[in-house]
Formats: sequence, structure tokens, C-alpha cells
Amino acid sequence: MELDPARDRAVLERQRDVASPDLFIRRPGFRAECGGLLALLTLTGCGPGILPSEGVVGKGNTTIMIDSLAIMLAIVIPTIVATLAFAWWFRSSNLSARYRPDFVYSGQIEMVTWSIPLMTIMLLGGVAWRGSHDLDPARPLPSDEAPLKIQAVSLDWKWLFIYPDHNIATVNRLVIPAGVPLHFTLTSASVMNAFFIPKLGSMIYTMNRMETQLHLNADQPGTFLGMSSHFSGDGFADMQFNVQALPKDGFSAWIDETRKGATAILTSQTYQDLAKQSVNVAPFAYSAVEPDLFHKVVMQTLPPGPGPVVETSPGASKRGGK
Amino acid sequence: MLGKLTWAAVPLDHPIPLIAGCVAFGVVGGFVVYVVLKGWAPYLWREWITSVDHKRIGVMYIFLAMVMLLRGFSDAIMMRSQQALAFRAPGYLPPEHYDQIFSAHGTLMILFVAMPFMIGLINIVVPLQLGVRDVAFPTLNSVGFWLTATGALLINLSLLIGEFARTGWLPYPPLSGIEYSPGVGVDYYLWSLQISGVGTLLTGVNFVTTILKIRAPGMTYMRMPIFCWTSLASSLLIVAAFPILTATLAMLLLDRYLGFHFFTNEAGGNAMMFMNLIWAWGHPEVYILVLPAFGVFSEVVSTLSGKPLFGYRSMVAATMAICVLAFMVWLHHFFTMGAGANVNAFFAVTTMIIAVPTGVKVFNWLFTMYGGRIRFAPPMLWSIGFLVTFAIGGMTGVLLSVPPADFVLHNSLFLVAHFHNVIIGGVLFGAFAGYTFWFPKAFGFRLEEGLGRAAFWCWFLGFYLAFMPLYVLGFMGMTRRMQHYDIPEWHPWLLLAAAGVVVILAGIGLQIAQLVVSFRHREQLRDTTGDPWNGRSLEWSTSSPPPAFNFAVLPRIEESDAYWQTKQRALRQHVLADEPAYEDIELPRNSATGVVCAFFGTFLGFALIWHIWWLAAISFLGAFATFVAFAWRDRTEYRVSADEVARIDRENRSARRAALAQLGAAE
Repeated sequence: MELDPARDRAVLERQRDVASPDLFIRRPGFRAECGGLLALLTLTGCGPGILPSEGVVGKGNTTIMIDSLAIMLAIVIPTIVATLAFAWWFRSSNLSARYRPDFVYSGQIEMVTWSIPLMTIMLLGGVAWRGSHDLDPARPLPSDEAPLKIQAVSLDWKWLFIYPDHNIATVNRLVIPAGVPLHFTLTSASVMNAFFIPKLGSMIYTMNRMETQLHLNADQPGTFLGMSSHFSGDGFADMQFNVQALPKDGFSAWIDETRKGATAILTSQTYQDLAKQSVNVAPFAYSAVEPDLFHKVVMQTLPPGPGPVVETSPGASKRGGK
Repeated sequence: MLGKLTWAAVPLDHPIPLIAGCVAFGVVGGFVVYVVLKGWAPYLWREWITSVDHKRIGVMYIFLAMVMLLRGFSDAIMMRSQQALAFRAPGYLPPEHYDQIFSAHGTLMILFVAMPFMIGLINIVVPLQLGVRDVAFPTLNSVGFWLTATGALLINLSLLIGEFARTGWLPYPPLSGIEYSPGVGVDYYLWSLQISGVGTLLTGVNFVTTILKIRAPGMTYMRMPIFCWTSLASSLLIVAAFPILTATLAMLLLDRYLGFHFFTNEAGGNAMMFMNLIWAWGHPEVYILVLPAFGVFSEVVSTLSGKPLFGYRSMVAATMAICVLAFMVWLHHFFTMGAGANVNAFFAVTTMIIAVPTGVKVFNWLFTMYGGRIRFAPPMLWSIGFLVTFAIGGMTGVLLSVPPADFVLHNSLFLVAHFHNVIIGGVLFGAFAGYTFWFPKAFGFRLEEGLGRAAFWCWFLGFYLAFMPLYVLGFMGMTRRMQHYDIPEWHPWLLLAAAGVVVILAGIGLQIAQLVVSFRHREQLRDTTGDPWNGRSLEWSTSSPPPAFNFAVLPRIEESDAYWQTKQRALRQHVLADEPAYEDIELPRNSATGVVCAFFGTFLGFALIWHIWWLAAISFLGAFATFVAFAWRDRTEYRVSADEVARIDRENRSARRAALAQLGAAE
């Protein structure tokens, strides 16, 4: 990963206009500090990591993360240094250190020891409060363009993505247009999972009988790692998928191609086959989707995923009556 | 007849747990046989198993914690080696086994290592520091210990018979529901925790009562050593939080056993409620563990700096503030649930507020060292290691409490690194500091220092080597609980982390060596004075080990740092206080109630896990009958005659005189 401070700076600048609180990154010196820290973290952030981020949300997340880290390091580093320095200087063999067994209370020092953490936390609390509102996953991204709607369902153990506007769906592969805001509506067919594309930012849980909302975008075309980031059973490690961000026209072309090219159709019946437990499902697409299927999954008009069919657990007791 | 239990329950197709289980139970069984053959069984039964002496119970708690640490650490070795090997490969642990390992690792380390270790230290030290002869309810104390041991036994039994939970250490439904986890693993988890949870609750009640109601004359609240305060806060949290755990697990049990719908997918069940409830216990649990550790550090830093604790009142205020705030932050464990901006922001701010009293504590330890004469004995090394490590762990914790940062770091290895950073750096270092600090008090001889230092450095460096890579992996997007992966960038860091585990293993090896060497050289290491660290609180005024009655005459307390002041007075006046008038002392009789209850409790848990209903009924009746028999006992106490008390105390006084002469000569 190449390091480019100017680009990092630009990221911060652009960031400011969109989603993150600018209250605490306005001071130039502080900005430089953050830039340095960012560069350091970017070193470790090659590959699929959260740094450097590729979307507005991800940049907002990581900027706040780095700001907070910088604010705290300003206290933590001196504390660690003081710990080691005091411990070393006041070692019992050091005769030039003054022994002060009566130094047990000092109003001024107490004042300082309470106010330093208190003020740090007030500052950070402000960052957290604003960040929590600005980057609420359910909050639509500011944009002139209408967001692309995607319905995501976590199944045992794969992902289903439905494009309701285009009436197609994919499994274990997410294709998105770059530069367009994305509005995910998510649920789970069985157990809890979390939907996470590290490069693009915020993760969110997927839960049965529950709809969660998430807004993301990808600034540039590219291929990213997507995953479940909440443990969901034996096939969990394989719940990863590729996210492909295509230019707008490339995306339209992909839609047409999928409509014509894919053979499978997602109906209530085929969905129930899909909902059975399986691992390592190769990505594929559905050329058409039964209307309102996502809603049926959420409302459990379609039954939840069946759990293990062939029982390998010792002492397994299958509860009947369903 | 045997419910669901068949030969299929023995995991013959999974050699690793089978062999591990056989080895573990083989060692325990071999030990029992050896003890019986040597003729030690009556001694063990009389002096330890049925003992209601708080010091003995404390030692047994810590012994249990250390044995379970070995088990939990074996799990850690397996996880790290699996992840080191499983790059584009299946590794050697299939998912259904790997999932059990990380679930067992978390459950054991929190509930059967950290908890018993802390409760053990509280047991040994608090009554001595308060200047009293025992806890409020001695037999209850024994019951609490043995029920904890039952829980540990059941979890380890799952190695050989059946399986353990594959859900993570907190079994979130619906995954832990009967539909998705039909095996007995989750049942093992639930019944182990229910039974040991009762034990923990009893301990909490016991210590709240002891600290509030039973103190030596003159031991006012503001004269109590800070360890007593943190133990009080921790016990209050146990009393308030463990019933939530019991109720939550009971609801999950009802779902699994009787078809209720508290947390199910269907019929109105709501899994989110489980997450809220379990963390309403789970977050206070963190402070139940770490507050006693804070107390240990306060005692160690002050004693080994040769100074009273700086800002005692602030420390008390900070401790009690943490105790209250602990209940107001649980939602930060699932910011990513989508609860909304205001809810997340509120819990972000409450979480950060906890950092204030914690920060105050750190600064107060710092200023306790300032102007001191610091001796770098192993307890002090653990404490300084803690201060450095905990500062980092606290920082990453506050970072995770910022919701936008949590949205990209939650459930990642960054989170794993954070909580190990505070639990190893805070709780475990505290446990080891306390262990090395009070070992001479409990056993009458000191631990060998060279090996102790070496063990510290291995743990300290091993910790950084094992967990700093995990922080990096968190930034690199790696989520926790992956049985395999195919991202090449992650692999080198996981290899590094595995190397860290090896260094920690060396630390554990050195600790075992230290124990063996110290035991063999116990005559040279004998603590004749009862005050090996030039201590400040009352436990150091007793002989090492203290007599069963702790204090021949209850001390009268006139200021804080009671024993330090007594020593100063004696140094000024060149004499000990006059010999008191000795009287007969009544002490609680031994009781087998605890171990018999636990015996039935083990069968009860096992029977419920395997649906052996007749055995469950009999065991429950047995446990209840034990309790009734105890309640109807006639003789509750035995008497130590005044002459015997005088003889024992005179020995202690002559040792004190010698020690005083030494101190006087040094001045």
C-alpha cells in the first residue's frame, strides 16, 4: 500500500463535508497529528482492512476512530511514561530520591486527577455523541441521487442479496454501482449474523423477524471483502462474499446480463431450498424474484431456516410439533 | 432409564477431546488414588474438604482457578495454533470442535478462573484485614465453593461425555435454541452456570454481610483497607447482577426444555431481549472481576512503596462510582444492533464516564509511588505491568465505546485484543500480584523470587506478543471465531500471535516451577515474622499461616493502616503492647454440607443435561435433605481454651518482638 499524505489529507477534507463532525479536527496541528497516525495505521491496513476506507461512511468511521485515538494517546502516553519514570526514580536503592511517606493527600493533585479524565471524556463524549448521530447506520447519505435499494438476508451459511428495483437476486456475491448511495434493508432467515464490508464502513446485525437499515456507498470501482462478523454456527467462517463495485454503466450492463443470463428464479419454493444449511455455496444469481419475498422472510410467512437436518450432535433432541 | 445418554455420547470420532478428557480425568483420578494410598484422605477430608475456615476455602478457590487456568490455556493454545495453520487450509480442528473450544475457553476463563481466583483472594484476606475471626456464614462459604467446583467439573465432563456449547461463551439465541443447537452442549453450559451461579451468589451475600456487619471494634468504614472496599463493591455487584444471569439462563432453559418462547424465532420470542439481559449481568461481571484486582494493586503499591495509599477517599469514591455505573452501560456490547442514534450516544457517554473514576485510580497509584521507596518484588512487578498494560486496554475500551469506531471494530480481533488486554492486564495480573503477595500469609513460606520475576517477564512480553497482532488484525478486518480463512495478509500476524502464546506458556511453566521450588525450599523461605513485606494492614499482624481463630484477641482500631501504626508506636516505645487477657474462643465446626450438596448437585446437573429424570429427582432430594440435616444440627461450634490461645499467641508475640528488634536496628 502506497502512502500518500496528501491523499490522506484530502480524505479528511472531503470527509468533513459529508458525514463527520468537524468540531475537533479543525486545528491544523491536530490534523497533522491525525495524518501521521493515519499513515501509521494505513501501514497495517493493506488488504481487506478498514483502512484506507473506500466510502463516505467508512471514512467517517475511521476518521472518528483516529481522532479519538489521538485524543486519548495524549493522556495515555504521558501516564505510561510517568508510571515507568516514578517507579524507576523512587526505587528503594536510589538514595537521591526523597522519601515522603506523609505524601498521601493533596487537594490540588486530586483536583487534577479528577479533571483530566473528566475533560478528556467530555471532549470524547462530544465526538461520540455527534458521530453517533451523523453516522447512524439508519440515516440516509446526503446525495442528489436516489439510493439503490438492496435487501440482504443472512442464511445458514450464505448471503442472499435481492435487488427489488431490478427484480434480480444474487447469492454470496454483491454487485454495486460505485458513487451511488446504497440503502440496505437486512434480516436473517435463521440465527443472528452481522453484515460487514470493512472497506465501506459500518456493520449491522441481521436478526430474524427484524429489519435493520444500513446506508453505505463506494466512492470508486473496486473489489472488496464482505463477511458475516457475528458468529452464527459451524459454517460461519465461509460466510464471506465478494463485493464488486462497478462503474454506473457497468452496473446497468450487469443487471441486464443477469436478467438474461441467469437461469434460476427465486420463489418461495426455491427460497426454502436455499434456506437449508449449506456451506461454500458458489456465487450465483437469480434472474427473477417473487414479489415481496423479502417481506415474507421478515414476517416469517416463509418459515425460518430449519437448522441441522442430519444430526451429528451427541444427545440431540429434536423438538417436533412444527 | 438413562435418558438421552447412550454410548454415542462418547466422542470416539473426535480423538482430541477424548484424549484430553482421559488425560485430565486420569490425572485427577491418579491423584485421588495416590492420596488414598498415602493415607492422606482423612487429613484432606478433615482439614480441607469439610473445612469452613475462610483461609482454607480461599486456598481451595485459588487451587481450582489455577487448575482451570491450565485447561482454559490449553484451549487458547489450540485456538491460536488452529488459526496459525488454517490459512487456505482446514487446520486440524473441524468447525464443530473449534466452536466448542472457544466457547469453553471464554466460559472457563471468566467464570472458573478469574472469578474463583478473586473470590479466593477475598476469602483469604478480607476477614484478616477486618480484624475478625471468620466470615458471617462459614458453612455457606463452603457450600459456595463446592458448587463452583461442581460447575467446573460438569464443564470438563463435557469433554468425555457429549459435547460443550458451540455458540460462544454467551449463547445468543436463536443459535443456542433447541432448533439450531439440538445437542447437549448448550445444556452443559446452562446447568454448569446455574449451579455455580448459586454458589457465587451465596458468596456475594456472605461478603456483603461480613463487611457491613462484622468488623473489629473501631474498624469504621473509612479505616477499612481499600481491598475491603473493592471486595464490598464486587460483592454488591454479585448480589445485584447474578440473579439476572440466573433468570436469563432459566428462560433459555425453559425455551429449550419445555418449549417456551422467550427468545425463539417464532411465537413472539425475541432474541434481542436475551442480549440485553445477558449483558445486564455481563458488564457488571467485568467489574466484579476487576474491582478486587484494583484492591490488590492498591495494597501492593502502597505496601511496597512504603507509603499509605495516596488519595484514599478518592479511591473509595471511585470504587463505589464504578459499582453504580457498571449497571448503566450494557448496551455498548451491541451498538451494531441498530438501536438508533440517541440510544447509542447515551450508552457511549455513560461508558466513557466509567473511564473517569478508573483514570483517577490510575493517577492515585501513580502518586502513591511518588515519594515512595519502591521494592521491585514480584507483586510490584505485576502491579507496574498492570499500570502500563491497563492504560492501553482502557484506551482501546474507550475507543470501542465511540459508536462510529465500534461500527468497524465490533466483533473483530481488535475487540478480542481489547478485552484480553483488560482481563489479562487487569484481572489476571491482579490475581498474580495478590497470589505472590499473600502466599506467605496463607502458607507460612515465601515464593522464590527469581522464578517469580522470570514468570512475570514471560507473561508480560508474551501478552504483548500474543495480543498486539490481534489489534492489527482488527484493523485489517479480521472478525473473531474464524475456523479458517483465506486472506494472506492476516496469516503472518496470526503466526506472531501464536508465538506469543508460546512465551506465555513459558511463563506458566515458570510459575509451576516456582511453586515446586518454593515448596522444596520452604524451610529457607519460611516467613517467621508473619510480616514479610513490612505490611500495613491487619493480616500482617497474625502469624503465617494464621491460627484458625486469626486473632487471639480482637484488635482495637484507632486509625487507618492499623498494623503500620501499631508497629510505629511499638518502635517509638521499644515495646509491644501488654499481653492481653486471653479467653476461650468459639469457632464453627467443620461441615460436610458443602461437599455433600455439591456431590448431589453434580448428579443433578448431569441428570438434567441428559434428561435422566429419576436421577434428577433423587439428587435434588439429596441436596435438599443435606440442607435440612445441616439446619437441624445441635452442635455448631467448638471451643479453643484460653490456655491454647495463649500458647499460640505467645509464639506469635515472640516472633513479633524479634521482628521489631530487627526493624529498630534498621531505623
